[in-house]
Amino acid sequence: MSAGHSTYTPKSGLGRWMDARLPLPRLVYDSFVAYPVPRNLNYAYTFGGILTLMLVAQIVTGIVLAMHYAANTEVAFNSVEKIMRDVNSGWLIRYLHSNGASMFFIAVYVHIFRGLYYGSYKAPRELLWILGCIIYLLMMATAFMGYVLPWGQMSFWGATVITGFFTAIPVVGDWIQQLLLGGFAVDNPTLNRFFSLHYLLPFMIAGVVVLHVWALHVTGQTNPTGIEVKQKTDTVAFTPYATVKDAFAMVVFLALFAYFVFYIPNFLGHPDNYIEADALKTPAHIVPEWYFLPFYAILRAITFNIGPIDSKLGGVLAMFGAIAVLFVVPWLDTSKVRSAVYRPWYKLFFWLFVINAIFLGWLGSRPAEGVYVAMAQGATLYYFAFFIVIMPVLGLVETPRRLPNSITEAVLEKKSAGVPATEQAKG
Amino acid sequence: MRKGIFAMKSILNGLAALGLGLAAVTAANAAEYPIKKPVEQDWSFAGPFGTYDKGQLQRGFKVYREVCAACHSMNLVAFRNLEDLGYSEAQVRAIAAEYEVEDGPDDSGDMFMRAAKPSDRFPAPFANPQQAAASNNGAVPPDFSLIAKARAVERGFPTFVFDIFTQYAEAGPDYIHALLTGYEEDSHGHEVPEGTYYNPYFISSASLAMAPPLSEGMVTYDDGAPETVDQYARDVAAFLMWAAEPHLEARKSTGFVVMVFLLLFGGLMYLTKRKIWADVH
Repeated sequence: MSAGHSTYTPKSGLGRWMDARLPLPRLVYDSFVAYPVPRNLNYAYTFGGILTLMLVAQIVTGIVLAMHYAANTEVAFNSVEKIMRDVNSGWLIRYLHSNGASMFFIAVYVHIFRGLYYGSYKAPRELLWILGCIIYLLMMATAFMGYVLPWGQMSFWGATVITGFFTAIPVVGDWIQQLLLGGFAVDNPTLNRFFSLHYLLPFMIAGVVVLHVWALHVTGQTNPTGIEVKQKTDTVAFTPYATVKDAFAMVVFLALFAYFVFYIPNFLGHPDNYIEADALKTPAHIVPEWYFLPFYAILRAITFNIGPIDSKLGGVLAMFGAIAVLFVVPWLDTSKVRSAVYRPWYKLFFWLFVINAIFLGWLGSRPAEGVYVAMAQGATLYYFAFFIVIMPVLGLVETPRRLPNSITEAVLEKKSAGVPATEQAKG
Repeated sequence: MRKGIFAMKSILNGLAALGLGLAAVTAANAAEYPIKKPVEQDWSFAGPFGTYDKGQLQRGFKVYREVCAACHSMNLVAFRNLEDLGYSEAQVRAIAAEYEVEDGPDDSGDMFMRAAKPSDRFPAPFANPQQAAASNNGAVPPDFSLIAKARAVERGFPTFVFDIFTQYAEAGPDYIHALLTGYEEDSHGHEVPEGTYYNPYFISSASLAMAPPLSEGMVTYDDGAPETVDQYARDVAAFLMWAAEPHLEARKSTGFVVMVFLLLFGGLMYLTKRKIWADVH
């Protein structure tokens, strides 16, 4: 996958035989052993590896669960409970899978924020970034459909509300919704197709991940300085350096994962999902999973009509727009300097954006009434302003700090100044 | 069971009304209840090393079968599961035999009643939800298999953040205990519809259709535990937690091994990482 010169030399006869026919060992060697990575990567850069681990973990636990699960509204809820009660270690596999989804999103949010902080999306990595956005979108679709499968109250009503969004689209909206549902309401056809797609999409994610990693290995990784690799001393070999660092980060992340699975496995879930779906009883409070809450808050923040667009369509457009805007970030950021380390104002607005996103998440869990609506509108405004106003304008008006000439120089300067690792590469 | 044209119609109506606004409207109602938040209790199964108190589970089971089971089913729990409570195989067989379940069809095609076996699940007190509603003032008594995980009063910010570190996962039993001991005569000005009973701990309204189910001395304990409403509520809440999460002990003990392994392994990884990177920095 790497664009550079291959240094692989097969040592055995079998290796040479293989290399002349299907150079798979060469590909692996060039991509994951000899592949040069910037020497100054910090732990924020380990989340790509963690995400790969989580994808594999979700697929493995998911395949085992599918052996015991039955996608039929009459038995789905009880089949999940059978897994929890009677299948050997079923409780473990199921809790791993349900909490694994949350851990997957925690990791992807850190990964995305890291990209925004260090300007990882900037040329020549626009396609790399867009492929990442596609993965994120596929993850959201997969997680949403997975949440419907246990056929609890939140499964059912969440599916009803979210598929209801599509009816806001003029002309084709109703048709799209009926296609998604396989009927006029959430019912057995919905559950069947969601199960089918929930099984399919992770493999599509895996496919896009291959493209994502491919694109990464063509351009090479960014690093906290945002300066491209210029000389050999700027990099270290992927193995053992990045491998061991990623592995350590994975173990720490797994400890967090295990803490949730073994001690508070239902903390991130909703108690109503332990009640079987009932089309006649609306839960008091329909909320999506926590990782969708910021978008849910944006959806509900649009309580007013804008010209011919009524508030319902406006909310749906704002919600989808909040994700769509990510795709064009490479062209919204006008700054010549890549990393926030050298951009004092961008750094400030970035951290405000992070706090704002968490705040939106909390608002998404509150009822859309009273002061919450006004707060959600303010937070939504900042969400969009960050991308559409701050990013383009700041790039033109901000005076960045002096950049070091190379990664090596940045590392050496940091060392001689004795600055702690987190503040590295400040120049 | 819940399918058919009736359900379909009501979903359509619901959907039409729902739009995106209804969720907000109903949420507004939800915010008022419960009037009082449950008080946190001490549970033997709380914390990283928590285990069920078998004596308490047996007492709780006694309360369930003598009081609650008259109205509340427990469809997902089988008699064989009672061995978790410390009963021997023979005792479980004897307990099961006290129940009758429907079986069949037999050779002539008829359904028949027989004594339950350990592999049977607890028979439900009502044949269907309609019958249950008709006998209970229109309210279906919820199934108890998962009730301890299906009820949790919202903790609010910032308590829910602290809950991660304190491993608070007992909202269900706390709620059950609070509800069972929380009935009050004086409704403090809240409207209490005919046939319902004021209870400030009830999660979705000011009053519920269930009359106060427990009274002092109504269940005889043979292990010397106090025969009070508070003790009954505590015991049945613990029993229901077990019914909802029968593998809790296995989960926590496995968790300890996993955490110790990951911390040790993580420590070794860190040292390896430092050694490998020593020549770079």
